[in-house]
Amino acid sequence: MPSIKIVTDLECYHCGQLCDEIVWLQDKPFCCNGCMTVFEILTDNELCEYYSLDAKPGITLRHVNEESYEYLDEPTVRKKIMEFDSPSFARVRFYLPAIHCISCIWLLENLQKIQKGVLKSEVNFAGKMVCIDFNPAHVTPGKLAHQLASLGYIPQINLGDERKQRSVAGKTLITKLAVAGFAFGNIMLLSFPEYLGIDDSDKSLRSVFSYLTIVLAVPVMIYCAQDYFMNAWKSFAQKQINIDVPITVGLLALFSRSIYDILYQSGPGYLDSLTGLVFFLLIGRWFQSKTYESLAFDRDYKSYFPLVVQKQVHREWVPIIIHDLQVGDQIKIRNLEIVPADSNLLSDWAYIDYSFVTGESKAEKVKLGEQVYAGGRLIGQPIELVVTKKTSQGHLTSLWNNPVFQKPEERGYRKTIDRAAKGFTWVVMVLAFVTAVVWYIYDPSRVWLVLTSVLMVACPCALALAAPFTYGTLLRIFGRNHLYLKNTDVIERMASVDAVVFDKTGTVTYAKEPNVQFGGVLNEEETSWVKTLTSYSTHPLSNLITRSIHLRPVNIVQAFKEHPGHGVEGIIAGHSIKLGSAAFIGFRQNVNAQATLVFVSIDEEMRGYFSVAIAIRKNLREMLLRLGERCFALVSGDTETDKVQMSNLFNPSVQLIFNQSPNDKLHYIRDLQQQGRKVMMLGDGLNDAGALKQSDVGIAVTDDTGVFTPACDGILQGEMMESLDKFLALAKSSTSILKAAFTISFMYNAVALTFAITGHLTPLVAAILMPISSISVVGFSTLAVNYVAAGKLKNR
Amino acid sequence: MDIIIVLLSISLSIAAGFLVLFIWNIRSGQYDDTYTPSIRILFGDKKKESKAGKSDLTSKHQP
Repeated sequence: MPSIKIVTDLECYHCGQLCDEIVWLQDKPFCCNGCMTVFEILTDNELCEYYSLDAKPGITLRHVNEESYEYLDEPTVRKKIMEFDSPSFARVRFYLPAIHCISCIWLLENLQKIQKGVLKSEVNFAGKMVCIDFNPAHVTPGKLAHQLASLGYIPQINLGDERKQRSVAGKTLITKLAVAGFAFGNIMLLSFPEYLGIDDSDKSLRSVFSYLTIVLAVPVMIYCAQDYFMNAWKSFAQKQINIDVPITVGLLALFSRSIYDILYQSGPGYLDSLTGLVFFLLIGRWFQSKTYESLAFDRDYKSYFPLVVQKQVHREWVPIIIHDLQVGDQIKIRNLEIVPADSNLLSDWAYIDYSFVTGESKAEKVKLGEQVYAGGRLIGQPIELVVTKKTSQGHLTSLWNNPVFQKPEERGYRKTIDRAAKGFTWVVMVLAFVTAVVWYIYDPSRVWLVLTSVLMVACPCALALAAPFTYGTLLRIFGRNHLYLKNTDVIERMASVDAVVFDKTGTVTYAKEPNVQFGGVLNEEETSWVKTLTSYSTHPLSNLITRSIHLRPVNIVQAFKEHPGHGVEGIIAGHSIKLGSAAFIGFRQNVNAQATLVFVSIDEEMRGYFSVAIAIRKNLREMLLRLGERCFALVSGDTETDKVQMSNLFNPSVQLIFNQSPNDKLHYIRDLQQQGRKVMMLGDGLNDAGALKQSDVGIAVTDDTGVFTPACDGILQGEMMESLDKFLALAKSSTSILKAAFTISFMYNAVALTFAITGHLTPLVAAILMPISSISVVGFSTLAVNYVAAGKLKNR
Repeated sequence: MDIIIVLLSISLSIAAGFLVLFIWNIRSGQYDDTYTPSIRILFGDKKKESKAGKSDLTSKHQP
C-alpha cells in the first residue's frame, strides 16, 4: 500500500478537487464515482479532448444528488419549456450555471455523440445557456436534462420568460440606433453641398437634396424618437418635468422649423442636427443599458423552490407542480431538497436546515407530526410530509405578500438629471419669452424664427448624455471589480447612502465552509478512523469534519451509535472511538473558546478537539474601519453564539442584533428609513430578501454568481467586500463628475443661446455646435470617471 | 448634373440595403452571442482519432 502522504495530494482528474476517497480508472484518480462516470462516458464516446482544452475542467459530482427530470415530460411543463415542438423536430433551451470554460462549450456542443436523438446543440457562453435541437421520437426533454445533469451540468429550470423580454427590448434599441445612424450619416452628406456653398444655378439639385433629407428624417422622428415623446407626455400628464420634456420641445422645434424652411425655400433646414441629436441620445441610452446577461436581479422565492414535487396519488408517486399543491396532499422530499410548503412530518424524524429562512446554518431536528416550514432543506433520509398550507401562503413566502414587493421599481426617487432638467426648462421658457417680446418690439417679422431658434438650441442633448456616460462608465468599472449593478439608477442611490446594514452568515462570514481545525495529537491512521466515523453520521458538524479531512477512510465501523445532541461513537479496527461534546467524551476541564468544539477520544483517552469556527471574510475589519460611521448595524437571523466574535469585528457604535426573522429585518430597514437614513443592505440569502428590497440599495453578496441570489439592486462577489467603502466613495465622486459635466453642457447651451437670441443661428452653426458639445461632455465624463476610479481602486 | 441624381439614388439604395440587412441580422439573433463563436471556431472538425492519438492526448495529465 502506498503511503498516505502521496494519496492526500492527488487531485481528481475530472474536476481537480482534492480526492478523499480515490477511485482509480486507467491510472487516473477520481474523487468520486460521479466524476469517474463522466470520464467513462467521455472515453466511450471518444470525447476526451474535453480534458486537453482546459486543465481539470470538470464539475464535481460529489455533492450532487440524483434528481429526476421526468416532470419535464409532463405535457403542461413541456409546453412551457419548449421553444419549438413538433413530432419530428423540437428545440429546448436550458440554463446551465455550471458552464465556465472552453471545455464546457466543446463538450456541450458534442452532445449528439453522447445522446441519441440530439441533432445539434449550441452554447451561449455569456448567457450560460445551451440550445438543443433534437428529435422527440428518440429523446425527451426530461432525458436531455438528466443527461446534462449526469455530466455535471445541472439545468436550472425556470418557467418564467423574463430573459426573452429583456433581449427583445435590447434589439429594438439597436434597431432604432441603426436607423438613426443611417439617417444621420446620409443627411449629413446631403447637407455638405449647402455648407460648402452650392450656388444658385443648381436650384433644382438643391431642392432635391432638401426633400431627400425630409424623407430620411421622418422615420427618425416617428420611429427612433418615439420614446422621448411618450416619456415627455407621460411626465406631462403627471404634472412633472423630466429631461424628456425639453428634448421633445427641441426636437419638435427643429423638425417643424426645418420643414418650414425647406418648403418655403428659406433655408436648408436643421435636419442634420435633428438626426444627429437623436442618434447621440440613443447611443447614450444604449451605453447606459448595459446588462449582465447571466445574472438575474429579480428573483423571488419561486426560484429557490423546486418546480415539482413527488405527490402520492393512489399509492403511487407522481410529479406535481408546486403551485398545484393542495392542503392535505402527501408529498415526498429527498435529501437536500427544499420543502415547498408548510407541512407536517409523517416520518419519524428529520433534520431540516432552515438556513434559507433564518440565515442560520444549523440543522434542526423535527419529530413525527411536527410542523416543517417551507424553505427548509432536508438533510438525510427521504421523508414524507402532508401539506398544511399552500405554497403561496407559507410561513416564509408570506414575506412576499409584503407591500414592498408589490411596489413598482421607482421609489419616488427624483433623479439628479430630472431636477437639473426642471430648472433648465424654466430658464429656457423665460428666455424664450423675453426674447420673443424683445424681438416683437424691434422686428416683428422675425419673432417666430428667433423663437424656434431658441427652443432648438436649448435642447439639452449634452445634458442628457452626461448621466448615461458618467454612470454607464462607472457601471462597467464596478463590473470589472465584480460588483454587478442592476442599472445606472442604483449608482445614484449608492452615492447618497449613509447607513450600511450587514447580514451575518454568508455576508460578513463565509456562507459554506466554516474553519475546521484540530488541536491535539492524532496520527494519520487515527485521523482516518475519525473520518470513517463521522462519515457515517448526517449531523452537520460531522459532515464538516468529514470534509475537512482529506484522507481515505479504509475501515468499517462496528457498533456505530449516534447520540443526538451529544455525539457519535463506534468501534474501528478494535478501537473504541468517540466524538462529541466535552461531557460526552468525559472531559471535565473548562474550555473557553469562541468556536464550537468537537472532542475526540480513542479508547476512552481524550486526544484533542476539532474547533469549528465561522470564518470571517478577509480584510473586512480594515474596510469596516474605513466605513466608519456609515457602518450602522449587523442584523442576523442567527442566535447570539457569535456575538463575541462579531463585537470584536465591528466598532462599538454598531448595533448588533440577533434572532431576526426576515420580516424583522425588513421592518428594521424601514424604521431606519423613516429616521431619514438612506440605507444600503448587504445580505445573501432568501431571509434577507425583504430587507434587500426595502433598502435604498440592496446588494446581494455571493461567492459564486452562478447560484441564486435574491431580488436585489446589485450582486457583489464575496471577495470584493473589502472594497465596499471604495465603491461607495466612487459612487459619490461620480455625482460630482456628473455636476461638472452638467456645467460644461450648460456653457455650450449658453453659447448657442447667444447665437439664437441675437438671430444669428444658422444650420451650419447648429450642425457644428451640437456634436461638439455632445462629444466633449461624453469625453469628459468618461475620462474623469476612469481617472478617479483608477486612483481609488489602484491599491488592490 | 442629372448624373448626381443617379449616383445619389444608387448610393442611397445601397446604404438602405445594408441597413435592412443589419436589422434583419439583429432580428434573427446573430448578435445575441458574440463570444462563443470566437471559441467554437478554434475547435475545428474532429479527425478520426486512432487509439495511439488518444492515449497521447490523455497521457500528459497523468500524475
